[in-house]
Amino acid sequence: MKILVVDDEPDVQALFEQRFRREIRNGEFQFSFAFSGEEAIGYLEGHASEVVMILSDINMPGMSGIELLKSIRKDHPMAPPIVMMITAYGDTDNYDQAMKFGADDFLTKPVNFTELKQKLQERYEG
Amino acid sequence: MEFFLLSFFLIQFIRKRLETAVKSPELDKILVFARYASIGLMAAYYIFNQSTFIHWLWYPFLGGLFWFLYNHGEYKQIRSLVQSAIPFIIVSLIGDFAHLVLPIKIYNRWDNYIDTAKAFALLWLFALWYNSQKQQKALEREREEQRRKDEINEAKKDALEYLVNERTIELTRQKEELQKTLDELKATQNQLIQSEKMASLGELTAGIAHEIQNPLNFVNNFSEVSVELCQELEEEINKTTIADADKEYINGIISDLSQNQQKITHHGKRADSIVKGMLQHSRASSGTKEPTDVNALADEYMRLAYHGLRAKDKEFNAALVTDFDPTMGKVDVMPQDLGRVFLNLFTNAFYAVAEKKKLNKDNPAFANYKPEVKIITKLFGGKLYIRVSDNGTGMPESVISKIFQPFFTTKPTGQGTGLGLSMSYDIITKSHEGTLDVTSVAGEGTEFKITLPV
Repeated sequence: MKILVVDDEPDVQALFEQRFRREIRNGEFQFSFAFSGEEAIGYLEGHASEVVMILSDINMPGMSGIELLKSIRKDHPMAPPIVMMITAYGDTDNYDQAMKFGADDFLTKPVNFTELKQKLQERYEG
Repeated sequence: MEFFLLSFFLIQFIRKRLETAVKSPELDKILVFARYASIGLMAAYYIFNQSTFIHWLWYPFLGGLFWFLYNHGEYKQIRSLVQSAIPFIIVSLIGDFAHLVLPIKIYNRWDNYIDTAKAFALLWLFALWYNSQKQQKALEREREEQRRKDEINEAKKDALEYLVNERTIELTRQKEELQKTLDELKATQNQLIQSEKMASLGELTAGIAHEIQNPLNFVNNFSEVSVELCQELEEEINKTTIADADKEYINGIISDLSQNQQKITHHGKRADSIVKGMLQHSRASSGTKEPTDVNALADEYMRLAYHGLRAKDKEFNAALVTDFDPTMGKVDVMPQDLGRVFLNLFTNAFYAVAEKKKLNKDNPAFANYKPEVKIITKLFGGKLYIRVSDNGTGMPESVISKIFQPFFTTKPTGQGTGLGLSMSYDIITKSHEGTLDVTSVAGEGTEFKITLPV
């Protein structure tokens, strides 16, 4: 399962790679990283059919996660990837907006990796 | 006889005119004496068969009297009166002298002239007296007039005085009112400055929290994942065939690393809970008001705070006193936010009584110390009053002035974030538009007063 993680913090890559080291080694998950909304759009143009899931931060400079979500739902209506949005603690406005524009799930920072792992596994198996 | 009448009436007249009986009793005495003397002379004149000698005594008597009256400054007013009598006396003297020295024949010849002169002198005297009397009356009238004017002026003056007094009182009252308003304004201004400070601190706090949260998440996540990595590393090393001593040594290092990572995670989580508290600050006004049984809410959080402290300190004990307004019914508040306020206030109250007990456990004066935390609610005049009081350690003035500031705490490091009361203050004053006041006496206890408009 190919997962695209979109976050403006480069350290997210190291964190995900370490957190999911076993799963990556087993071949369960395959991670790609984009450090802005624009980069994510660019990546999706080349790998649209591969990406099954997108994990995106909402508060990013330039294109925000919500705009990215809107763009994905508009440009890829046929084979919609699963989109999970991540944002700061208790931001109800962003939650409502994310749900309105068709996010599949919502995670709050700090990301609980045990929970995330569980959710990803459910999607992977189901 | 005529001299008696003259002196008698003159004396009477003077006494009346100058009001000597009242104004100068000394002079009055002399005048009264002179009157008796004149009566005495007249009586003597008749007793001694109309004695010529007695008749002559009148001249020195009148002369003396006139001289006395004429030479005393205070009789200037009556000087003309005295003068008017002089011609009569001189004519009488001439007549009497002529009678004494001239032969009777010649005297009889002049007698008519003398009598006529006497009559004229008398007429002159009366005319002058009458005139003087008239003038006196006119003067009197003038004086009367003046007095009336004076009285009117006096009355006007009194009226003005009264008005001035009235105005002065009015002005003083206005000044006091203004002073009061000014004082109130100053107090309000201070409160405004205070709440403005609180507001900016609250915003700053929330801003800082947001900024800190992301790097802190990385610290926590990387340290957590490092613990996992250490475990894996240990497993991997056990698979290899390195000498046992080396393995043990390497495992020791891994165990230390793992412990360090755990410590980083622990302290990171601590920082995280502070950040969460700070973020709650900024979300203080996010709730919505709904009809709530405030008594039940207060009771619930009182018990929660009590058992929270009991869980940490088994010896802890305190009396929970409730004085709820049973007629209150449901009140529109934000139950979760108000609950947080209750939790903070009760936790602090229980902490204060527990501290007091702990600090004084070896002090015999406090052997009978009964920790007590009390809540009173009252709905009255469109306002909900809530009081949370304790008989714990209390606070000095220097602490009271800071307790609503974010991050101010008197608890030991790690036990309090210093955000509880600051957040409570925001919830009460901003979200509920109420007031949160505190009164405390060091060593005696503390009382928090919440007033909410309903």
